[in-house]
Amino acid sequence: MEAYLDNSATTRCMECVTDKMVRVMREDYGNPSSLHARGVEAEHYIKEAKAFFAENLKVSEKEIYFTSGGTESNNLAVIGAALANQRAGKHLITTDFEHPSVLNAMKYLEGQGFRVTYLPVDRDGVVPLQALQEALCPETILVSVMYVNNEVGAVQPIREIARILKGQEKKILFHVDAIQAYGKYRIHPGREGIDLLSVSGHKIHGPKGIGLLYVQEKVKIRPILFGGEQQKGLRSGTENVPGIAGIAEAARACYVELDEKVDRLYCLKDRFTEGIRKLDQTVINGRTGRDSAPHIVSVSFAGVRSEVLLHALEEKGIYVSAGSACSSNKPAVSRTLKAMGVEKELLGSTLRFSFSFETTEEEIDHCLGALNDLLPMLRRYVRR
Amino acid sequence: MFQAFLIKYGEIGVKGKNRYVFEDALVARMKRVLTPVDGTFKITKEQGRIYVEAEGAFDYEETVAALQRVFGIVGICPVVLADDKGFEALSQDVMHYMHRMYEGAEKTFKVHTRRANKNYPMTSPEVNEEIGGRILEEFPNLKVDVHDPEIMLHIELRSGHINIYSEVIPGPGGMPLGTNGRSMLLLSGGIDSPVAGYMVAKRGVYIDATYFHAPPYTSERAKEKVVDLARKIARYTGPIRLHVINFTDIQMYIYDHCPHDELTIIMRRYMMRIAQKLAEDTGCLALITGESIGQVASQTVPSLAATNDVCTLPVFRPLIAFDKEDIVTIAKKIDTYETSILPYEDCCTTFVAKHPVTKPQVERIRKSELLLSEKIEAMVREALSTEEVLEIS
Repeated sequence: MEAYLDNSATTRCMECVTDKMVRVMREDYGNPSSLHARGVEAEHYIKEAKAFFAENLKVSEKEIYFTSGGTESNNLAVIGAALANQRAGKHLITTDFEHPSVLNAMKYLEGQGFRVTYLPVDRDGVVPLQALQEALCPETILVSVMYVNNEVGAVQPIREIARILKGQEKKILFHVDAIQAYGKYRIHPGREGIDLLSVSGHKIHGPKGIGLLYVQEKVKIRPILFGGEQQKGLRSGTENVPGIAGIAEAARACYVELDEKVDRLYCLKDRFTEGIRKLDQTVINGRTGRDSAPHIVSVSFAGVRSEVLLHALEEKGIYVSAGSACSSNKPAVSRTLKAMGVEKELLGSTLRFSFSFETTEEEIDHCLGALNDLLPMLRRYVRR
Repeated sequence: MFQAFLIKYGEIGVKGKNRYVFEDALVARMKRVLTPVDGTFKITKEQGRIYVEAEGAFDYEETVAALQRVFGIVGICPVVLADDKGFEALSQDVMHYMHRMYEGAEKTFKVHTRRANKNYPMTSPEVNEEIGGRILEEFPNLKVDVHDPEIMLHIELRSGHINIYSEVIPGPGGMPLGTNGRSMLLLSGGIDSPVAGYMVAKRGVYIDATYFHAPPYTSERAKEKVVDLARKIARYTGPIRLHVINFTDIQMYIYDHCPHDELTIIMRRYMMRIAQKLAEDTGCLALITGESIGQVASQTVPSLAATNDVCTLPVFRPLIAFDKEDIVTIAKKIDTYETSILPYEDCCTTFVAKHPVTKPQVERIRKSELLLSEKIEAMVREALSTEEVLEIS
């Protein structure tokens, strides 16, 4: 039996998504900028997708921009907003545990003369509002915080942060990386005080290579790609029409009966965490249940190296991540876990299990059973 | 400008009556590496020389790079092949060549003529003097230095044509592949073993390789990395047959039964035994390892001796006296370094003791191995039966 429990790394494309994309690639393959009918046909898919996201996020169609994925969305939001607004100040705020596509964009901006404050997390992996209050200064122009942390599934207090930012004398832009949250939560940036919001296609059973960035209408940002001035010059390059059609189709499917599906996910998660608690010498990192995201669980297994456990599970057809898969070639110690105060010996012994709407109870049980079998054996063979 | 290369080969030239064997191997290898290069090439042997002539358009850079990976080649000389239409025509060809190559350069030069065509109407010194004089007249910035010239202009008078060249692009040296049998390389994912394989192959030896993997302690990616490394050295060594052996059970068995500080040594002894068995089955006459004295606990002289104790085949350790830096330099040159440093575990490091023995005594190690006697032979057979063979080229 197989159990794919690495859905925070990527998800399987839904069939309705691939069907639609194949149709776009084989039949409606025009360039949306072309003047002829083939171009118009292609443009329809973009319009349709924008209309869907506008409705889903309760924003205006002209506030939606398509990108090549989460990384580009985050880069464009952070770098684009910082550069366009630097006259108002050169101070940026983010957290210790953002995705590298935000952190490294911040690092880049530090090289361009910006000052960046990195907020810490508490034991639960949540950013303390007090720390944000203290970091704000008249120079601050942008705050970037992720909605759901990709390593432990901690949900950040987005509304509260927005409220604090609203309360400032000067306008401070708020970027939210919602890549792990979109498709699981109803997010309405306009109402929640979010100015920029990043979404990725392949985390919601859509294709890789497509993402979107919501940019509130009045927010000025600068492009980071230059070319044919597509998408109002903010994101040049021929639109990835199959990708756009795909991400819209995936999102639409995700939000059908969302509440029921999310309830089911929480049930699966509870089933899993209960099973984990029965195992010896294991710790779940961060909050569980409704206080956390429905699809991510981080577990430390004392006395077992995460890479070894990962491959042992793999032999039984169970696929998980060690820490976070996004910095794949460097199995470095997780910043998030470190920031959460996880014990040093457990840092290299942590796995992330992440579920999707396609995950079944059988898969959960299969995984728990495998852990139960493997852990005693693996704990016997360690460095002495 | 160049349509041909003159290939210089060093040591082959002195191999007496076997010389044709070496030359043929060299030509065969050259043909092989030139196959994927853009262009059509004719390779000819003539009076102890090998020429590569391009027919029509070809990619110069790619051709040189390919030839630089052929063991046995000492120098690659881009050469102008001139027809022999008398001395005046030759002189014009040389001037033309010098203008293209050294216009405006301030350098010293020397003309070096070789008269293989003994019927040429002038002697070598006469040609040197006459051509040298004309160059001096035509290029006021060039000066003669017969002892240590910056430009050594070669004129080779051969029957039918004349070679003009001055540039010698260094080749890798060594001996043509296939002139020295076949050996079994113990290939890990590290920096050293690919370099060791490269170095022995450079002496004309075909390479087979053995990789021990130990799932779940080593990953599919660690194996991929080894395949990638094999592919990189295969650019020099020709196709490599990679034997992958599952070593986990043996490793566990040793772990359960032997003193922990001897684990690595005993493990390596079993790796040697298995590699040796594979070597014998595949017609390899020796083993190759990347060991280097003192690099880690298992590579101290006593440790090497203890490991070597189980080997009946010769073990080549080309890096034995190299410092790490020197090994890294070669790894970078042959483009294996970047792959080698990818951080995947190899099975030697997984269970390595915190304080392994550095001065193992062969007798004691042999005694420890007796603790394995119940099942180890069956386990070795079992490990050999997991063999997966990958043809890498």
